[in-house]
Order: sequence, then C-alpha cells, then structure tokens
Amino acid sequence: MDTMSNWHERLVRKTTRPTLVTTYRYWVWLAFLVAVFANGVFQYSKQWSNGLYVTDMRDRISWGLYITAFVFFIGISHAGTLISAILRASKATWRAPITRMAELITAVALIVGASFVLIDMGRPERIFNVFRYGRWQSPIMWDVMAITTYLTASVIYLYAPMIPDLALYRDRLSNKVGVARRFFYETVALNWRALPSQVRLLGKAITIMMLIIMPIAVSVHTVVSWIFSMTLRVGWNTSIFGVLFVAGAIFSGVATLILVMAVLRRIYHWEEYLTPKHFLYLGYLLAAFAGFMIYVNINEFLTSGFKLEEEGEFAFRQLFVDDFALMFWFYIIGGLLTPITLMLFRRTRTIAGVVVAAVLVDIAMFFERYFIVVTGLRVPLMPYEPASYSPTFVEWSIFVAGIALFLLLITIALKVLPMFAIWEMTEEHERNVAREPIPILQGAHEGGGDGAPESPPDVERLAEGGVS
Amino acid sequence: MSKRPETAESPPEPRREVPIPLNGVDRRTVLKYIGLGAIGAVPLVASTQLMDGLVSDVVAGPESVDETAQSGSAKTQSTRVRQWTMIIDLARCDGCQSQGTAPQCTLACIEGHFAPQPMEWIEVYEAELAGGGTQFIPTPCQQCENPPCVKVCPVGATFSTPEGVVLIDQDRCIGCRICMAACPYDRRFFNWGTPPIPPEALLADYNPEQQTPATRGTVMKCDFCPETVRGGTLPFCVQACPQDAIWYGDFEEDIATNGRQIVKATELISERNGYRLKEHLGTQPRVYYLPGHGEDVGRDPEDEGRMPTEWPWIERAEGAVTWTR
Ligand code: SF4
Ligand code: SF4
Repeated sequence: MDTMSNWHERLVRKTTRPTLVTTYRYWVWLAFLVAVFANGVFQYSKQWSNGLYVTDMRDRISWGLYITAFVFFIGISHAGTLISAILRASKATWRAPITRMAELITAVALIVGASFVLIDMGRPERIFNVFRYGRWQSPIMWDVMAITTYLTASVIYLYAPMIPDLALYRDRLSNKVGVARRFFYETVALNWRALPSQVRLLGKAITIMMLIIMPIAVSVHTVVSWIFSMTLRVGWNTSIFGVLFVAGAIFSGVATLILVMAVLRRIYHWEEYLTPKHFLYLGYLLAAFAGFMIYVNINEFLTSGFKLEEEGEFAFRQLFVDDFALMFWFYIIGGLLTPITLMLFRRTRTIAGVVVAAVLVDIAMFFERYFIVVTGLRVPLMPYEPASYSPTFVEWSIFVAGIALFLLLITIALKVLPMFAIWEMTEEHERNVAREPIPILQGAHEGGGDGAPESPPDVERLAEGGVS
Repeated sequence: MSKRPETAESPPEPRREVPIPLNGVDRRTVLKYIGLGAIGAVPLVASTQLMDGLVSDVVAGPESVDETAQSGSAKTQSTRVRQWTMIIDLARCDGCQSQGTAPQCTLACIEGHFAPQPMEWIEVYEAELAGGGTQFIPTPCQQCENPPCVKVCPVGATFSTPEGVVLIDQDRCIGCRICMAACPYDRRFFNWGTPPIPPEALLADYNPEQQTPATRGTVMKCDFCPETVRGGTLPFCVQACPQDAIWYGDFEEDIATNGRQIVKATELISERNGYRLKEHLGTQPRVYYLPGHGEDVGRDPEDEGRMPTEWPWIERAEGAVTWTR
C-alpha cells in the first residue's frame, strides 16, 4: 500500500541520497573536474603574466573563444528562468521536480559566464575602474548591471523556494552529516517551521521573485546581444539580435537542463520523479524554440541577403559556403531541424531522442555563438585581407576549464543542496492523490515508477524506450 | 616675444629644414598668413612657424605654450577652441612608390610615437579602383565627431576632447576591446603582449596625447598629435610626406597647411570634391579625402603594391615580443 507518508519517505530517501552517500566514483569525477579546472587556472596564469598575446586574438579579430563562452554560458543561465518562473506563473504543475535543477543551472552558469568577461580583459586588475569610472552609456555597463542584478535575483530565487527543503535537511539529516553541513543547514534554513505565517510569506516572496526575474532574464541576454548590435559591423548591426539571443539563450538553457536531468536521473535512479513526461515536455519546448529560431534566422538572413550590401556579400559567403559553412550548416541542420524532426516521430520521441536533441542543440548553440562573434569581426572594414582566428591551446584549456567549473559547482551542490523542491513535489502529489482514483496511483508506483498517472499513452510507451 | 622677419613674401625655403626654433611669430604675421590663406594657396616659409603662430601666439602670450600643453585646448586668438582636421590628397599620394620606401607618413609616425610593432596608426591601404588599378589611402584615426568608439567605452578611457580629437587614456583602459569592435575603420590597436619599447621611450612622461610608453593590455591609435601641434610643429605624418599630400588644419579659423602651402580648409575640400570615408555611417570623421590615385605625382594606377613597414628601433627594444595584426 503506497500511502502518502510512504511516498514522502521514499522521496526524501531518494532525493537525499547524493547528500548522504559518497561513492568512489564521485571522488574520481570530482578529482577529474578539479584537474581540468586546475589546468585552466595554470594556463590562465600564463595569460596573466604574458598578456592576451598567448591567445590567437589580434587587432582584427579582437574577440574570440572567451566572448563566445561568455555569451554561451549566460545563455545557458536562462534555463532557470524559463522553466521555473514561466512554468510557475502559468501554473504548469509538472514543473515541480525540475525547478530546482533549472534554478541551480542558472546561478552556476551565470558565475561561469561572468568570469569569462574577466578572463577576456586585457587589464583584469583594473576591474574596479568599471565602478570608479563607469559610464552608464556603454553597453558593457549595461551588461555589468544586468548580469549582477540577474545573479542576485537568481540566487534569491534559487534560495527562497529551497528554505523548506533546507529545513527538512536540517531536521532529517543533522545526525547523518558532518558538523560543517549541520551548521550550514541550521543557518540557512532560517528557523523554518512551516508555520502558516511563514508559508504565506514564502509564497509571496516566490511570487514576487518570479515576476521580477522574468523581465530581468530577458534584459540580460538582450543587453548581451547589444554588445554586438550597438556597433556598426555588418552582421551585427541588426535589430533582431536581442530576440535571437534571448530565444537562443532559452533554447540552449532547456537543452542543458535536459542533459543535467538525464545524467542525474541515471546516476541516482530518480526515474520516479524525472519521468518521461518531463523529458517529453522539455523536448516539445526544445522543438518549439527550434522553430522560433528558424523563424528569427530567416528574418535575419533574408532581410540582409535579399539586398546584399557590399560587405554583406562577404559576410554571407564566409557563413554559407566558405570558412564557417560547416559550423553554420551544423547549426541549421543539426541544431534546429534535427530536434524538430526527432520530436515529430513516435519512434524518436523517447528520452534517448530528447537527450540526443539536447546534445545537438548545445553544440549547435555553441557554434552559433562562435560564428556570430568571429564572423562579425572578420568582415574586412578596409581594403585588407580577411584575418583568421583559431583559438590557441591556452584558450581551449580555459574554455574547457569553464565547462569543468560549471560541472564542478553542480557536483558540489549535489553534496550540499536539495536537488528537488521536495515540498512542492509533495504538495503536488497530495493534490494528485486527492484527485486521482487510488488504484491507478498504486499501479503507477508499483510498476517501477516511470510514467505519472496522467501520462498520455505516448509517454507510457516511452518508459521502455527511454534511457534508464 | 621675439619677432621674426620672415613673412609670406620671403622666398620659399626648401621644405623640412626643421628644426626651426619654436619661438612664435607675432599676431600680425599670423593674421597675414591667414588672410593670404583665404586668398588661395601661398608658399609658406616653414610649416612649423605657422603652427607655432596658430597655437602659441594666443592672447595670453608666450607663457601660454606651457599652460595649454598641460591643460585645456589650443585656442584661436579670440579664444575659440581649435577644431583640428586633416585633409588627405589622394591625387598626390603614391604610397611612396617613387621613394622606394615604405610610406613615409607611417614610418615617421612610428618613429615619433614609438608605435609598437605591428601598429600602423596611419596605415596606407591599397584599394581597388572601379576601373582597374589601385589607389593608396593613408588612413589615420578618422577622429569621428560622432565616435562609435567613445560611445561604447565602459570607463571613459576613450574620450573626445574639445578640439574634436579622440584620445585614449591608457592608464584607465581596462582592455575590454569593445572600442575595437565598434570602430568601423579598423583604426584601433591592442597591446596583446608587453609592447616593444625602445629605451628612450621609457623615459617619456605618459600622457594620453603622447601615449608613450605603451603598456600591455591597452588600446592605442592615432592621437592627431595635439600636443605636437600645440608645441608648434606639424604632426609627424604631415611633416614626413614627400609629396605634401597631407594637410593639417583648423576648421575654427578655416585654415589648413601641408607644410608648404596654406589654404582655406573648406575651400580646398569643396574645390577638390573632398569626401569622408564611409560617410553613410554617420560617424562624422574629421579626416577628409581628395579623390585621386597619385596622378598628380605621376603614379600609374596599374603600378600596384607598396613596401612593407619597418620598425627602425625594434632591435633596441629589449625582450620585446611582437605579433602580427
Ligand atoms: S578597450 Fe579600453 S578604451 Fe577600449 S572600450 Fe575598453 S576600456 Fe575603453
Ligand atoms: S576612426 Fe575609429 S578610433 Fe578613430 S574616432 Fe572613429 S571610431 Fe574612433
């Protein structure tokens, strides 16, 4: 008999597993990430002492992999907002098990993305000039303001809904974890006792944060795009960049969320909570955004390609047929058309299919960021031979270290933070129990966990086909 | 104030007999120069004297040379602020093909400013002509009046002066390079590594009008030599051009000189159908071009190519790294 308390017990047991159990594989993985990150730090020390000379950026292509990484990671950070805030606002009930991961990705990706701005600076030690002499007319300042605001807001937005879970950890795990974490939970749980007044206050706080974080998130990647579109460069000088960047940001954010979910689901056996339905819905979202990206790209390329101004021709050639054609067509075919196709057919509409789509989307979006940055700068401004750029070992090392840092922060968070909004999931489950006839519920849970009671037939079929 | 006997009527001396003492000409002489300039081109004794007169002989008297060099802008006699301009006569520029050297404007700029290799603050591009053949386009920073680079700088390290010159404060620049992305003329250069500096440049007192010594991780570009001009000397590139193709002047008093002649700037531009680069972008450059391909100095447009630039002091810059553009 799967009573409510049984269900809740199992939920707590399963979701706290990463916090309580540390396998040797965890340590190996952690050591690997630390090593990759350390290599990045070492390579950066070379850059610190020799200058950006160690990169392949030069006067004509003066931004490269670092700025690409900055745009890419800030883009990924949009996962949290969309999934969490928009789904919360639209009262999409299926969101409960995935909001926490989404919000965590946001905060982590923002930290990584923002560090790439510092890494790209010629004089990082002068960073405080930005505050001493900052000019609010500069797009860079808009970015500084937008990103710091977004980071603050998303940390609060990560933290606030986490308080009840942290209190649960405090109450249930205190005698199972070390002193440090016990102290941590006691402090951050803020004396949460689920009193009606506390619940009301928290509800209000979450609603307010949800409302303000959406415009902030949209503004962030818009001003990131404005770094480019506020210049007179062919290819960058377009009003559609804000839309393209925000859509692309959510697109790659959703893809990254899918990947994180898929990996954790597999490692920690969270099949009961991260159901095929979640993957399917996120897959649909991915396909929808792929469609929107296609639309935006057609807008962008047709309006400039139809007229084909003088420098526009060069910009087109390098993208469509010359140097960057491989990347560009991978982006169009692999990153935009394939995800839609995968979601169109029953056979590929599986967890595996969604994960494949997500991998393609993340790679494609990285390529897109890269060719936007590099091709924009490569169009000759004066009569000279087009420059070339291929990132050096130092640049790649630092970029890979950025990915490692992203994973490292998530890996560490697994040990400390609740990865699920346990209280929201419980509330949600209670509602379902009240609504659904009991037998179906039992059946669903006893049958291995996959497939929530109200799954469409499609989704139930997935259970067999999906990764597990 | 010492008076110099020379007037515009004295016989023209061979040009570039610099150095000429920098003590100024008196106000009447200057007025006479300018008056003659208004009539048309007249031979000029020495460009340095003109600039000296223009700049140092302001109302305040000779002491003002020092004052203006330290603070404020060059002023006309009625204390209006000078508005520097450059007019480049492409009909006279042959890319120094006839000299058998790299463009001498570029070389002089490198010598005078210790511009680190590979920076050519004034770079001579070779562009295709519509009907075949090429033209040479010496390109300094265009000193845009609506400067995209100034607008984007997050810390105000790039700024416009009242004289209409765009300068960079390398002590403040954080090396974000958004100005390089913003400049539509490819006129900004970055110190990717520790820049090569000859020993003598290390002694210089840094200021944004001189940009010496160069420092790593900051942006540099043509500064229009405002300090040089205030001190009574024409910019290095203007002095060095063997074809007198580069004119330097002031819109406030509507005057320009190439070191040999002195003319009314606006008239020169209008009569010769002057234009500005990428005018459609709305950047409002202060650098004007007079169309041509070196025909006035006998260049055949089919005669392509120019000598590559060299950095004469590079061996003396110890432990220098250089890079390519
Ligand atoms: S590189 Fe320097 S001058 Fe250029 S925008 Fe950045 S801070 Fe300003
Ligand atoms: S030419 Fe470039 S560097 Fe010079 S003022 Fe214009 S935008 Fe700035």
